[in-house]
Amino acid sequence: MNGDKSILSILVDNEPGVLSRITGLFSGRGYNIESLSVAETMEPGISRITMITRGDKHIVEQIKKQLNKLINVIKVLDFTDQRHVLRELALIKVHARAESRAEVLRIVDIFRCKIVDSGPDHYTLEVAADEDKLSALLNMLQPMGIKEIARTGSIALVREMH
Amino acid sequence: MELTGAQILWQSLKDEGVDTVFGYPGGAVIDFYDALVQYDINHILVRHEQGAVHAADGFARASGKVGVCMVTSGPGATNTVTGIATAYMDSIPMVVITGQVPTSLIGNDAFQEVDIVGITRPCTKHNYLVKDITKLERIIKEAFYIARSGRPGPVLIDIPKDVTNSRTLYQAIQGVHMESYNPTYHPNTKQLAKVVNLIKEAKKPIIFTGGGVVLSKGSEALTKLAQRTNIPVTGSLMGLGSYPGTDEKLWLGMLGMHGTYRANMAISDADLILAIGVRFDDRVTGKTDEFASKATIVHVDIDPTSIHKNVTVDVPVVGDCRLTLEALNQLLDDEDPAVIGPERTEWLAQIKKWKDTNPLGYNQKDCETIKPQYVIEKLFELTKGDAIISTEVGQNQMWAAQYYHFAKPNQWLTSGGLGTMGYGFPAAIGAQMAFPDKVVVDVAGDGSIQMNIQEMATAVQNKLPVKIVILNNQYLGMVRQWQELFYKKNYSQTDMTHAPDFVKLAEAYGAAGFRATKPDEVEEVLKKGLATPGPVIMEFMVSREECVYPMVPAGAPITNMLLV
Ligand SMILES: Cc1ncc(C[n+]2csc(CCOP(=O)(O)OP(=O)(O)O)c2C)c(N)n1
Repeated sequence: MNGDKSILSILVDNEPGVLSRITGLFSGRGYNIESLSVAETMEPGISRITMITRGDKHIVEQIKKQLNKLINVIKVLDFTDQRHVLRELALIKVHARAESRAEVLRIVDIFRCKIVDSGPDHYTLEVAADEDKLSALLNMLQPMGIKEIARTGSIALVREMH
Repeated sequence: MELTGAQILWQSLKDEGVDTVFGYPGGAVIDFYDALVQYDINHILVRHEQGAVHAADGFARASGKVGVCMVTSGPGATNTVTGIATAYMDSIPMVVITGQVPTSLIGNDAFQEVDIVGITRPCTKHNYLVKDITKLERIIKEAFYIARSGRPGPVLIDIPKDVTNSRTLYQAIQGVHMESYNPTYHPNTKQLAKVVNLIKEAKKPIIFTGGGVVLSKGSEALTKLAQRTNIPVTGSLMGLGSYPGTDEKLWLGMLGMHGTYRANMAISDADLILAIGVRFDDRVTGKTDEFASKATIVHVDIDPTSIHKNVTVDVPVVGDCRLTLEALNQLLDDEDPAVIGPERTEWLAQIKKWKDTNPLGYNQKDCETIKPQYVIEKLFELTKGDAIISTEVGQNQMWAAQYYHFAKPNQWLTSGGLGTMGYGFPAAIGAQMAFPDKVVVDVAGDGSIQMNIQEMATAVQNKLPVKIVILNNQYLGMVRQWQELFYKKNYSQTDMTHAPDFVKLAEAYGAAGFRATKPDEVEEVLKKGLATPGPVIMEFMVSREECVYPMVPAGAPITNMLLV
């Protein structure tokens, strides 16, 4: 799918079925979800969905309007053109044999990751980063051999102006 | 007051002013039916759940109220899906109540269990599974509020059997407020000022009216606006009746694939389009790139997703159609009548020329078989244009749209968005329930009528004098038309010569049946049929290969019309 990336933050009623209403809207109308993450907010009964989607201006406008139309959607915020912080959490299990252990540790240091598990021939790294940093990290780790990876999808908040 | 779930349901329906429910019982709703006897509510027992939903839909379209139906879980629920999708596409206010297996069994593939909330998610405005009896009353309140407010639509409530037969306090809740649902009714005044200016400047304006005007009860305000500004009006299929179809001067007829030559040409030549409560369906626009390329488009709609969805709009106005039209009329009160409503001599003369060169027409005189258009024109004459007309889908629907001229809203019940064969007859039953004394006619094809013919028993049982006009061409006519025009006459699977004897079929159900095979029998059969009490089938054996014209091939620009 082409078009620019958009970051939407959607506040919804925390009720069963709400997520499938949202994903159903995307599949039914042929829109694209690049990543999605959901959890409850401070306010009981309200969840925040952070969604990365892609499409031209017209499509993203439709997406926002269609989301707003869902009865359980309280608010749709578009962070794309606002200053925001965006993070994704990744767990990366990487091969670490004797000859490469030092190199992995060096990368962990540079990227300020945490090692959360280790064994005779692997390390599991935890990193919270934006997408650029994450792909740079993965590039660096590639030669060592990545065994497995789990990513959460992005979450975002707008930066406060001081 | 402590009531059972079943009692709360009926009491809540009464609170909402519901007097009529269409339904079909079963194990999961047996408690509802058991409790029904305590309440003063008409229940119409249909013969198929699809019939119940279409009947509720016809009731809603004719009366402007929320239609209600009730069915059992599993197969009862799945049988409603076509009807729900039909109502959803045409924004019809409706509440569908489905029974569900007891909460303890949900998810266990229990007998007659189906995830109807999941199945209907994409074709309802909203839906609920009631897991807790203490929420039942509030959910019913919300369902009605959602169904009829904003852009109306069907709402489904799925109620497990244990919720139905347990007890809780009934509270007679007043009003609902939902934080996440706030439709915009009042248009932005700045936008309206722009519209007024555009009206003043336009040389070739046109109003394009749709179902939203009917739903918002905005016809009167629309008519006033058109007549004071002297702007000609065209309509979508759903917009018929929102402007008097009997006004020879300003009414151009329907727009789009089977629209009139004058309407399609006028919208393509217009410099200003006031589109009110329409959604620019592809059956209307044809090829969108070439749709109304010379015009500034103003689009009024209560649903923001309708705006800019299919065509680019210059002045979007989000708001209720009636309130917007009334606000516009108020602004126009301050303007010079000569400026907003000049004679528009040239524009109207041009339109008249289009009308005269290519009028809607057919030739019955030189034809020995009955022309379907002739039947509809005679029906219009004999009912003085005053009947409620429902239709099936296909050629019959288009001829009814073209040749029955709707003077008023809520008189025209047709499946515009989904195009559902089998809609018309049960919808007519619903409309007749709402208006027992009105003439209600379903215009049908021989194919469509067989999709819900079983509702004849419903009509007979409830003494509903619905009239059915079958235009029998012994084909799935509209598909055959496409095959003739675009598939080299390969009439694959559209021959319907094998059909029941509809006259005998009517009689078998305890209704009356008449048939006309020659043109000079048409009037007589219509008169007899309309005069006969109770449900009646009037069957007209029409020219088999008659086509609906004009026709714009799918995907072509709407000026690209096949005229005969
Ligand atoms: C439920 C359903 N199935 C199929 C279609 C596709 N379809 C559209 S028009 C048509 C032919 C209708 O034939 P008939 O009812 O005899 O009416 P006619 O066109 O001959 O007036 C068909 C099959 C449909 N609209 N709805």
